[in-house]
Amino acid sequence: MTTQEVRLCGLLLQEHFGNVVEKVGTHLIRSGVLTLRALAHETKLPLDLVKKSLCVLVQHGMCTFGAGRRGPAGPVEYRINCEHVFHMLRYPRYIYTAKSLYGDTGELIVEEILQRGHMTMSSTVKTVADRLTHNMPEGQSMDYSEVVSVFSQLVETHFLQRCPPLASAGSSSSGAVDTPLPVATQPTEPESHPDCYKLPYINLTGQGKRRRSSEDGEADQCCGDDDGIYWQVNFQRFHLHFRDQAIISAVSCKLDQSSSEIVRTMLRMSEVTTPAHAAFTQALSANEIFRALLSSYNIARPILDQYLSLLVDDPMEFVGKTGDSGGGMYVVNLHRALANLARATLESVVQERFGSRSARIFRLLLRKRHLEQKQVEDFAMIPAKEAKDMLYKLLSENLVQLQEIPKTPDYAPSRTFYLYTVNQLPTARLLLQHCYKTVGNLIERRLYETKENKRLLEKSQRIEAILASLQATGAEAAQLTEVEEMITVPERQQLESLRHHINKLDSSENQVDETIFLLKSYINSTQASL
Amino acid sequence: MAGSRGRGRSQFSFSVDALGFGRGDCLPSSAHTPSPLYPPMQFRPVPLHTGEEVDYMLALKQELRASSKNLPFHIKAARTKTDVARYSDKYQNGETKNNCIEWSPDWSRMPKELCIKVRKPRKTGERNSIIIITNTLEKREEEQHSEEEEDEEKKKQNEEEPDADEDYDEEELEDTDYIMSYFDNGEDFGADSEDNMDEAVY
Repeated sequence: MTTQEVRLCGLLLQEHFGNVVEKVGTHLIRSGVLTLRALAHETKLPLDLVKKSLCVLVQHGMCTFGAGRRGPAGPVEYRINCEHVFHMLRYPRYIYTAKSLYGDTGELIVEEILQRGHMTMSSTVKTVADRLTHNMPEGQSMDYSEVVSVFSQLVETHFLQRCPPLASAGSSSSGAVDTPLPVATQPTEPESHPDCYKLPYINLTGQGKRRRSSEDGEADQCCGDDDGIYWQVNFQRFHLHFRDQAIISAVSCKLDQSSSEIVRTMLRMSEVTTPAHAAFTQALSANEIFRALLSSYNIARPILDQYLSLLVDDPMEFVGKTGDSGGGMYVVNLHRALANLARATLESVVQERFGSRSARIFRLLLRKRHLEQKQVEDFAMIPAKEAKDMLYKLLSENLVQLQEIPKTPDYAPSRTFYLYTVNQLPTARLLLQHCYKTVGNLIERRLYETKENKRLLEKSQRIEAILASLQATGAEAAQLTEVEEMITVPERQQLESLRHHINKLDSSENQVDETIFLLKSYINSTQASL
Repeated sequence: MAGSRGRGRSQFSFSVDALGFGRGDCLPSSAHTPSPLYPPMQFRPVPLHTGEEVDYMLALKQELRASSKNLPFHIKAARTKTDVARYSDKYQNGETKNNCIEWSPDWSRMPKELCIKVRKPRKTGERNSIIIITNTLEKREEEQHSEEEEDEEKKKQNEEEPDADEDYDEEELEDTDYIMSYFDNGEDFGADSEDNMDEAVY
């Protein structure tokens, strides 16, 4: 784990779960694998607090545990799954996607499961129905069956999956453990469980209850028929969806709307047949694509053929042709598309930071691989002095590397070729670390701004509470204005600018997270193909 | 082996072209200090994305942040007693204690060593006392009925029980160590004075 990643993990844990969990989590990330006693001893926290923090982390799937180095008889060892902590940054995007695909019900289901880590189907349905009923006008209530149907749709399209059963957790059953390795056993992949996407047969009838304010605030934990079957969000499926969205929007930017619809159709057809890390989708024939195209697009058969050949000839290589049967067999090149998207991101970063001429040099080096300084000046058509300046600047930022090719074994400078080059993968990794640092800085700045204006924020919250209670008891307008005037005009302006800053910082975090997703997908795709 | 030293001081071992700068060109100054913490930017950054989608996700993010503070997963360390243990500590409800967990996880999915006592959320004191009061009223009604029906012996036994129950209930009512019937809250103070106006009341 790099420094920036550890720092970001700490900030995210602190934001969601508080200082105690942050301390425990950060220490566990830095140490790798630890037992409970060692963790409590090294963090100098009371044992109970450490236990509570580990419970929270295990509940949310961020911490895994297994038999330690001394085998099943020894103490249990824990380790943190950093990728899972970074997913917390992307929660709004997951929830918004669920909303756009399955409406408000889907949005609330995913939100509940994300906030609680994992839940049973019955408790999810009850909570979501209650929440929906709360927002509905008086007299109406949400039926459980509607929520159940949306839940089953989410499971069928693999957005939700069952939590995998535990292999061995210091409990007696060791039959499921495959290997007797002394290191902490990896928990079984959720997909390896045959019932991963099977809905339990439970009978859920009823309607959402409108919660009165006098009732107990705690959700009652009644036992359903599906105790022990927990559901979690399938992040990988959401990531595949985001990847598809990125490809479709890239095609629509580069070519036009109709070609993006064709690519969307192709991706939709191969959603369930393509494995997660595949380099390209299943081959689809042009006839199949034509049949699957929605009639609202109004694309005739010969037009479709023309679009497909256009897509194949495009230098971005989104679509490839693998055969001629059935009117032509076409695939979407997923890994190549990701690589091109990552390359476009790198070029855009260089352009925005160093100017368009430096970006021209960068693109040139990406295309031509290795170039001498003189060749760079000639190809980029930039005067020598400025080209040299820009190259050295890019070199100092580590975006461009220098490769020495000696003519003689003594590496004498007069008899060595010095070639400039750009390697896409290491540069993408470098940029990813910059992104992590950026998000960490944004979060810290937001915490600083909130801390600076804490007094003002508390005052405004108190006044809002007073106003709300006055309005509830039916006060006159004069009283309300009197209370509102307790905040002076300059304070109001300060509050307004504070709110504006915090919105900007939050929005920036969301946007940087999109870049993080793209770069991470690209890096993972290169590793998968090894 | 460095390149052969030519005659004359001005000849270097490598050709000047390869370096990229000629003689007499001023080189950029070498760095004396670490680069500044906030280096001035050459170009202004591109403005953020806007739109309905962006605004909705922003609102979602802020809502999630606010609501996660109220969930039981947000763990706060219990306040350590700084000085003298105060009497009012007993009545401050909702104080988190280190040895209780506020939600009930599925212990079968966790290692046994993490098992910790689950704290049932305490209902507010008013509701508690209302329930206890209704319970005691019901009990006393039942006891009265049973007293009328049964014999004297049983009556004595029942009288002992309600007395004990009463004491116990009264204690529980106010949750203190003092029996409430011993406490005189002064409601009877002015009632006797109406009869004898001659005597002074102290």
